[in-house]
Amino acid sequence: MTDVRTDFGPPYFKDMLPPVMLENYGKWAYHETLQPGVLKHVSESGDAVYTVRAGSPRLLSVDTIREICDLADRYCDGHLRFTSRHNIEFLLSDPTRIQPLIADLRSRGFPVGGTGNAISNIVHTQGWIHCHSAATDASALVKSIMDEVQPYFESMTLPAKLRISVACCLNMCGAVHCSDLAIVGIHRKPPKVDNERLAKTCEVPNIIAACPTAAIRPNPKEKGVIINEERCMYCGNCFTVCPAMPIADPENDGVAIFVGGKVSNARSAPMFSRLAIPYLPNNPPRWPETVEAVKHIIEVYAKHAHKGERMGEWIERIGWERFFSLTGIPFTDKHIDDFRFAPTTYRTSAAFKW
Amino acid sequence: MVGGWQEPPAASRIRRSAWYQAGVRRRVAGDGIAGGRLMAEESKTPLVDELEKGSWPSFAKELKRRAEKNAAARDLVGQLELSYKEKRVHWKHGGIVGVKGYGGGVIGRYSDVPEQFPNAAEFHTMRVNMPSGWFYTTESLRKLCNIWEQYGSGLTNMHGSTGDIILLGTQTANLQDAFNALSEAGFDLGGSGSDLRTPSACVGPARCEYACIDTLGICHDLTTTFQNELHRPMWPYKFKIKVAGCANDCVAAIARSDFAIIGTWKGPLQINQEAVKAYIAADFDVKGEVVDRCPTRALSFGQDGTLALDEEECKRCMHCLNKMPKAIRPGKERGATLLIGGKAPIVRGAYLSWVIVPFMKLEPPYEELKDLLQRIWEWWDENGKTRERVGELIDRVGMGKFLRDVGLEPSPAMVFAPRSNPYYFWQPDEVK
Repeated sequence: MTDVRTDFGPPYFKDMLPPVMLENYGKWAYHETLQPGVLKHVSESGDAVYTVRAGSPRLLSVDTIREICDLADRYCDGHLRFTSRHNIEFLLSDPTRIQPLIADLRSRGFPVGGTGNAISNIVHTQGWIHCHSAATDASALVKSIMDEVQPYFESMTLPAKLRISVACCLNMCGAVHCSDLAIVGIHRKPPKVDNERLAKTCEVPNIIAACPTAAIRPNPKEKGVIINEERCMYCGNCFTVCPAMPIADPENDGVAIFVGGKVSNARSAPMFSRLAIPYLPNNPPRWPETVEAVKHIIEVYAKHAHKGERMGEWIERIGWERFFSLTGIPFTDKHIDDFRFAPTTYRTSAAFKW
Repeated sequence: MVGGWQEPPAASRIRRSAWYQAGVRRRVAGDGIAGGRLMAEESKTPLVDELEKGSWPSFAKELKRRAEKNAAARDLVGQLELSYKEKRVHWKHGGIVGVKGYGGGVIGRYSDVPEQFPNAAEFHTMRVNMPSGWFYTTESLRKLCNIWEQYGSGLTNMHGSTGDIILLGTQTANLQDAFNALSEAGFDLGGSGSDLRTPSACVGPARCEYACIDTLGICHDLTTTFQNELHRPMWPYKFKIKVAGCANDCVAAIARSDFAIIGTWKGPLQINQEAVKAYIAADFDVKGEVVDRCPTRALSFGQDGTLALDEEECKRCMHCLNKMPKAIRPGKERGATLLIGGKAPIVRGAYLSWVIVPFMKLEPPYEELKDLLQRIWEWWDENGKTRERVGELIDRVGMGKFLRDVGLEPSPAMVFAPRSNPYYFWQPDEVK
């Protein structure tokens, strides 16, 4: 085939906008939240666009996308968008259609919410559905957690917004490192080296360069590598560059929970999430220990944070020592950093809370 | 045939797996059928079935919905059940597959138990570049659905972590036909591998009063300008760009992109005192929720109910605008802060992006921005090791070297604090 068309780029977004958004592009004056999941944006021209936000499992069949299209055709003249957190947003110019749309969505099992001081949908990765390096399953964790915390999606009763994300390994395709509450799949034992296979399929220098702790050195005799197991921090990056170093381990893999990150600059600078729970087991299909822990942390935060405080701002105010005592989460040697930026986290002050 | 599963070419024709045949036998025998599906006690996938329960929309239902019509989706359900049972992943590393003229955009995916799940033996992903801001007409979405029903499993992610439309599950033999159909429908591939990844942007001026820059326009312009960089891996590693209209950063640009463009302004906040009074009249606690929570104490509340700003103290964090969108608007001179280096932990640790240009005006055709990007890519390409993100390179060789080599002026806006150590470089031309 000689006439393959390439590099023509994505569809032009302005061809996708509803007329009211095209006409008022860049002219929006303010917005209001009419009820959980329903926004009204008003233009300087006086025009308004109404957004109804619905939760989605992210993994959608074409059958369900068509069902969503049917709703968008019926209520919003065929216009919709998705958010960066996988929610579906129906864009209406006629406010009388809002309640019928919400009723229709709910009857089909789509919750409406995710605005304001709420838990929005969980940003997450592929997990066992489609990834080779997943230490846990993302979709099942998300489903199990959201089943439990859905009332916080459909209301706006938390102290502030609460952003949860799930990554199924340390590659963190979901970039969970700056979330109020993050669940990360982890390994706990070094990879096993299959030097016979390695010699045929992998480049030794690449494997060595892939290790963040310099735990891998060449094994010239076997044309492979040796792992200094005491130095390995189980990141799995050597497996990413070389399939002959499998690290998946059903007995020992599981998840860790990090808390207190954010990306917004409002009030305080963006923050990394920090380790709260070093390990919980993989317990398919519903990960009850993890769901319980997530719910518990949310409840302690909801009870103790001041109005308007994100998880990280609350913890910063009360101090991490209070976070561990309020949540009852045991503090261990795992919580004290020993990677590259570790000394910046050690307390250099005699002032702390008992 | 649009609207139904089309038999793929003979070489990869659907085979019936043993576990599926067991289900068929039961169906034929007439027992265990409920609403077209096997009853729970007869199910071969009790663990996946468990995830159909509960009130949140279920991905397992999506899988099952497709599995009724599509053999690859059916075997995916079977393999996922095995993963839940054994607590481990069953996919192998991706192989190199693709379509003509492209170096990326397709992720090869192979089952490590193909004999059990032959229809999911090859289960490749196509990354399709979404429209800026993830806006769709139903007409365009229906076209995508028809294409993926015809050439793939009919399963998708709306959307993937970087922002692409993710079409999950097809075979090597279908890739070119799928791409040709996508191309006809106006959809191009996104990025994968060591290239520019699909840029993404917040909703921006399409619906948001905070947008200080045309996030969607910038995202579309950069994406179409840098198609070669997007489609042909040529760099040390991946490079992500995200465009946020304000410092609320709804696309997590500062955490999730190597190059973050975050809208901001110069000049005083625009305060509408009448609207402030309306908030007070509506019992909104302007002092408690806004003035007292301003991180730099730049706002004060007069006895006459007016809100005053000490302009030089404002650091443009967005808190007061978020709380009083009807009364406070950004300053009039609009532009963006540019930041570099954000990434997740692999390999040398996670970074939030670092400020490298405190303020740049961004108007089409964005020449200054594009020129800077090209200088950065050239520097990274020249100095970076294989699989070294640009942030890791800067960490390794120093921000000072980066700024000197790329030609950017140092500014106190780039640091929280100056260094506390006395170890710093002098350049030969700075000393006698």
